[in-house]
Amino acid sequence: MGRRVLLIEDEPNIAEAIRFLLTRDGWHVETHADGADAVEKIAGASADLIILDVMLPGKSGMDILRELRDRDDTRDLPVLMLTARGQSRDRDMAEKAGVSRFMTKPFSNAEVLTAVRDLHAQASQT
Amino acid sequence: MTSLNVLVAVCLSYVVLLFGVAFAADRLASAGRSTWLRSPLVYTLSLSIYCTAWTFYGAVGYAARSGLEFVTIYLGPTLVMIGWWWGLRKLVRVGRSQRVTSIADLISSRYGKSNTLAVCVTILAVIGVTPYIALQLQSITLSFSIFAEADPAGSHVEGSSAFWVAAGLAVFAILFGTRNLDANERHHGVVTAVAIEAVVKLIALLAVGVFVVWGIAGGVVDTLQRIDASEIGVWQVDHGRWATITFLAAAAFVCLPRMFQVMVVENDDERHLRTAAWAFPLYLMLMSLFVVPIAVVGLEILPEGSNPDLFVLTVPLAQGQEMLAMLSFLGGFSSATSMVIVAAMALSTMVSNHIVMPIWLNAKGGGASVSGDVRSVVLYARRVSIAAVLALGYFYYRLSGGGAALASIGLIAFAGIAQILPALVGGLFWRGATRTGALVGLTVGFVLWLFTLLLPGMGAGVLAPSVIEQGLWGLSWLRPQALFGIEGLDPMVHSVMWSLSLNSAAFCIASLLSFPSPLERLQGAQFVNVFDHSAGPRGWSGSVAQSEDLMIMSQRIMGAREAQEFFQAEAKAQGSRAYFPEPTPAFLERLERELSGSVGAATAHAMIGQIVGGSSVSVEDLLAVADESAQLLEYSSRLEAKSAELSRTAHKLRDANEKLTQISLQKDAFLSQISHELRTPMTSIRAFSEILRDTDGLEVAEKTRYAAIIHDEAMRLTRLLNDLLDLSVLENGQVSLNVTEGMLVDVIDRAISTALTGSANPLKLRRNRAAERISIRTDLDRLTQVFINLIANAQKYCESHEPTLTISVHDVGGRVVVDLVDNGSGIPPHSQKMVFEKFARVSAEKAGGAGLGLAICREIMQRLGGNVIYLPGQEGGAFRVSLPLGLEIAAQ
Repeated sequence: MGRRVLLIEDEPNIAEAIRFLLTRDGWHVETHADGADAVEKIAGASADLIILDVMLPGKSGMDILRELRDRDDTRDLPVLMLTARGQSRDRDMAEKAGVSRFMTKPFSNAEVLTAVRDLHAQASQT
Repeated sequence: MTSLNVLVAVCLSYVVLLFGVAFAADRLASAGRSTWLRSPLVYTLSLSIYCTAWTFYGAVGYAARSGLEFVTIYLGPTLVMIGWWWGLRKLVRVGRSQRVTSIADLISSRYGKSNTLAVCVTILAVIGVTPYIALQLQSITLSFSIFAEADPAGSHVEGSSAFWVAAGLAVFAILFGTRNLDANERHHGVVTAVAIEAVVKLIALLAVGVFVVWGIAGGVVDTLQRIDASEIGVWQVDHGRWATITFLAAAAFVCLPRMFQVMVVENDDERHLRTAAWAFPLYLMLMSLFVVPIAVVGLEILPEGSNPDLFVLTVPLAQGQEMLAMLSFLGGFSSATSMVIVAAMALSTMVSNHIVMPIWLNAKGGGASVSGDVRSVVLYARRVSIAAVLALGYFYYRLSGGGAALASIGLIAFAGIAQILPALVGGLFWRGATRTGALVGLTVGFVLWLFTLLLPGMGAGVLAPSVIEQGLWGLSWLRPQALFGIEGLDPMVHSVMWSLSLNSAAFCIASLLSFPSPLERLQGAQFVNVFDHSAGPRGWSGSVAQSEDLMIMSQRIMGAREAQEFFQAEAKAQGSRAYFPEPTPAFLERLERELSGSVGAATAHAMIGQIVGGSSVSVEDLLAVADESAQLLEYSSRLEAKSAELSRTAHKLRDANEKLTQISLQKDAFLSQISHELRTPMTSIRAFSEILRDTDGLEVAEKTRYAAIIHDEAMRLTRLLNDLLDLSVLENGQVSLNVTEGMLVDVIDRAISTALTGSANPLKLRRNRAAERISIRTDLDRLTQVFINLIANAQKYCESHEPTLTISVHDVGGRVVVDLVDNGSGIPPHSQKMVFEKFARVSAEKAGGAGLGLAICREIMQRLGGNVIYLPGQEGGAFRVSLPLGLEIAAQ
């Protein structure tokens, strides 16, 4: 199975909901709850897609994203960012940092699925 | 006949006696035992130097030539002493308070310490006084010659006697006039010698008079008949001359340098003036009593053509009364010497202070480095000046040939000296008098006096006859003795009228037109208002008055209360019960330090110096200065206060702005946090409810589990909202406390059961329930809430295998302290500060609450009059709750 997604999310219930959704859509879902070592985890996971929370213990999702975009091996990795803070400033910051898609919690499950599929399709085409 | 040698011997013995007296008086004065030297009697007698040889010998000659006109010479001073004693008192007061050394110094000091004026007055005085000194030398020489005529061996002495007399007088004046450089310029030795000479001349003249009336004439009645029979009895005195000369004598009495010297400079106590006011006129009356009888009898019994100026000597001699003649000679000698000595001293002070010293200081290069050698230079300059003045007098005598021209010079000199009068009187009584006015007036008066009186009087050799006849440059209105076409007046009256009236007019007009310098203004006020400022006649160290002045000044500088406190403290420290302390040096030093804090050291020093030293600036003006500077100080301090206020306001604004910014940031952060805390459970709820809705074929277990998650998250939301509301109420202080009495142990019991119920692995608790049996009075429910939070936190975060919470209770002085310490790893130091902040979460994994619990605890404890803090340095996480045993709620 090729489609792997790495979910960085510290809120266990939300992680479980997304895992359920994506697994049923045919993804292999790996979760990770800490921000501090997230970049290494991502770099070593060879995932097709990253779903990244913004408010993480250890290191914020924004910082993780910036670091990913600085690394050669993760520069083009599709990143779907989720945030519960939901302020337009966060969206601007994320887009500047090179996010692939930015979504505000609470999301609808369909939106998440659509976004994941789109991102994967774009990544596959290039 | 008395031989010349005997005469010289008598003279020398007399001089030696005077030396002895002067020396002893100086010694007594320096030993401080000079009380009798400072008696009013000595003062009055010293004033008698007004009666020079010109009056001693010349009055008789004057009477023989002009009848009663000689009385004017005595009348002027008498009028001044009796009618103008208040003016003299002011003069003396000013002179003493300003430490004036001469009349030139007084004028200069009054008009802003102008040395130009001092030089003018000095030159005028030298010109006026030099002929006078020559006159004295002439009188001594003439009297010598009377005796020499009778002694063939001594005829050659005549020519040189003037020289030796001048030299001797110079030595005397130098010895006793320049012994020391006393700041007060007082010479007790000289004054005492002058007083003795005054007695001698009075006795001599009275003795001759008594001899004439009762020895030659047959008593009083016979004498009066002889007078009636003589020409003197019928001579009419010219009214203009009478008034003019009386006025001149009065003016000269005040303005003559030697009179100023004895009257003002040598004055020890201004109360002496009161005695002198009647005693001196009495002295003058006695001096003039026998003038007319001697003149009449002399004219009768002596051959035609005898010099009436010498009747005092020649009448006794002609009657073979050699002892009386000798006494009379000594009287004349006394008159001449005392005048010359004092005049030379007074002039030398002026010359050395105002001409020699400025030149010397200039030559020394600015005079900035005035050091100790100045004293010796001043003394030296004074000695040289005395010698020079006497030399001038001597040469004047030699050049004038001792003729009759000299005899008339006395009045001419009076008129010259009188030119100082407008500037002097104006300076004492008119604040508006200025330096320019004084200078212009003096110059006008001096030039007119020179042109109308002195030069014409010196004979044809000095002023061409054509000038006298036709006026200067042929202008008839410039004729010296008929100025502006006014003819027919006596030359003396004419000159005095013009010179003094134009002098006064010029003085007034120039004063009105010119603007005084600040120093002049200060000095003017000091002179005119001298009685308002200086101490009363008790002397010059009126200490309490000085303290009062110091107090008034200090109040204006330090503020009334501070000054009063300071002065009272000082008075107390001095052990005095008076309100004002004595102005001791120590007190003054402290006061100066105190004042210098406000006005600067230099100003404080000057101000105190002015009041205590009593020099140059009047208290009134000082107060004005103090007022001004106080106003300036106040203004500047107001400015400072304003600027401080402004900067405070700016600071406050900046702070407020910062606070607003921070609040705005905090609000943003808070909203962001709230948003996060609300959205997170909502995300789960939405996600799982959509799963439940959209997913077919879910297993029952899955369904149940997802529904449970939705339920948990909904509960979490509810808790969060409750906490938020709770915190909001607490923070806004809207909470109403329900204060009741209860036992701490019950509160903790309830908290434990609430916090730990339903927990899978509950904490082990270590308590000392006995210690917890403390009765407290507070809002028990709120306190329980705090303990619930703390215990639940321990339960949540303590990661020990066997989590244990130790609760210990202490009663510390009316307060209960409850420590809750678990055995976990505690809170890392960098986070300890922020645990009480809203939404603070130390570790991520164990997030369950919204992070508001501790913030709520803190707020509650604040309301309950206590606090909750993190206790660092314990084995695990540790919190300390402390609160008062009984909560007083004033607000309720």
